[in-house]
Amino acid sequence: MLRSRIVPVLLVHKGGLYKTVQFAKPKYVGDPLNAVRIFNEKEVDELMVVDIDATREGREPDYTLVRNLASECRMPLCYGGGIQSVEQFQRLISVGVEKVAVSSAAVKDLTLVTQAAERVGRQSVVVVVDVRREGPMWRVYTHNGTRRSDREVTGFVREAESAGAGEIVVNSIDNDGLMKGFDLELARAVRAATTRPLTVLGGAGRLADIEELAREFGVIGAAAGSLFVFKGAYRAVLINYPRRDEKDALLARARS
Amino acid sequence: MIGIVDYGLGNVQAIENIYRRLGIPVRVASDAASLSQADRIVLPGVGAFDWAMGRLDASGMRATLERRVLEDKCPVIGICVGMQMLARRSDEGRSAGLGWIDADVRLFDESRFDGPTHLPHMGWNDVTPRSGESLFAGLEEDSRFYFLHSYFFAPADGIDDIATCNYGGEFCCAIRHGNVMGVQFHPEKSHQWGIRLLKNFAEI
Repeated sequence: MLRSRIVPVLLVHKGGLYKTVQFAKPKYVGDPLNAVRIFNEKEVDELMVVDIDATREGREPDYTLVRNLASECRMPLCYGGGIQSVEQFQRLISVGVEKVAVSSAAVKDLTLVTQAAERVGRQSVVVVVDVRREGPMWRVYTHNGTRRSDREVTGFVREAESAGAGEIVVNSIDNDGLMKGFDLELARAVRAATTRPLTVLGGAGRLADIEELAREFGVIGAAAGSLFVFKGAYRAVLINYPRRDEKDALLARARS
Repeated sequence: MIGIVDYGLGNVQAIENIYRRLGIPVRVASDAASLSQADRIVLPGVGAFDWAMGRLDASGMRATLERRVLEDKCPVIGICVGMQMLARRSDEGRSAGLGWIDADVRLFDESRFDGPTHLPHMGWNDVTPRSGESLFAGLEEDSRFYFLHSYFFAPADGIDDIATCNYGGEFCCAIRHGNVMGVQFHPEKSHQWGIRLLKNFAEI
């Protein structure tokens, strides 16, 4: 039986790991390689690492860092940040990641997604959609939440699927870092728009939030940053992740 | 010595790290000379079928690989698209496969999926090995592996099918035909289960 994926998301900023609140106020949470080693021990389902500086600074991914992370990771790794060309997709696969995430460049032109899917296979092409709620709909943002696009989320997700995306990650900027739960309405809207694997990010604050997501959507990706790097009301930095028996019990409750 | 074929695709270093930690001699082979010294060969893979075949052809290692596997009968294991390359052909591309096993690689029929998620098959799934398969020693119960694919390996002879997985129905997720083995999932990214499988391969 295919299981839901519970995915820690790590943000790389100035070479360290940071966690944001609503895409702002970055707080240092540790060293990337060290975090990967801890997540190995905790047997996480997969890991997503996003370089939040690369696109804004208009630079290439840090291939050395990605290679080091990928070779240390004993679980699949998805890398995002600064990708604008098919050659970059290929190079990232060559340094050892299983999946490459693209966001701003895909919103600008989905041809990149089509070309990348032809070259590396669509299973490795992830489209990340950062959104803010605007009344009854959600607006797609790029460049780490700093640029408002003219796209609405569901239409864009449908087009991304047709273009060749192998996975959709929908990220609520409004809920980022607040730890008050996922935006389930957003998840519903996006779920109805695609049959690709869907991963929901933004807002998880308790394991019960993940259970709620899995209960409603069945097999799904539940991604979180703060939940897996902070502990307690004062947001003390402590990498954590449910044990295998806790995870199995959580998903079993969600199915019952 | 285990040789990992480094043709610019797949997580070569993660596999190398696992063998190093197990204390099993391993080397990354990026040319024919170093590949010819390996007595067990891992053919990793992430990517589309034609790209993978093209990279292998361009690597200068294909002739040595074929000699070691087909003439010298070295055990070989293909991972993910590396497994698919063992077949004759794939729905995903136009290139011919290695053809070491009489098999086709086919696209899953979307009509088999009744849930909200169809393809790719992505995530941790249960693997059921046939009993007595040495590649799955110690992995008979509750073994979980990470899958990431839209195409599956369909061997002409069911005898080659050594483990199954269920995604909208059963499919073959591991094969063995003499010294030629393949797994659709990623053992190098499947924690303790994958480490055990890679260790088993080293002991075959």
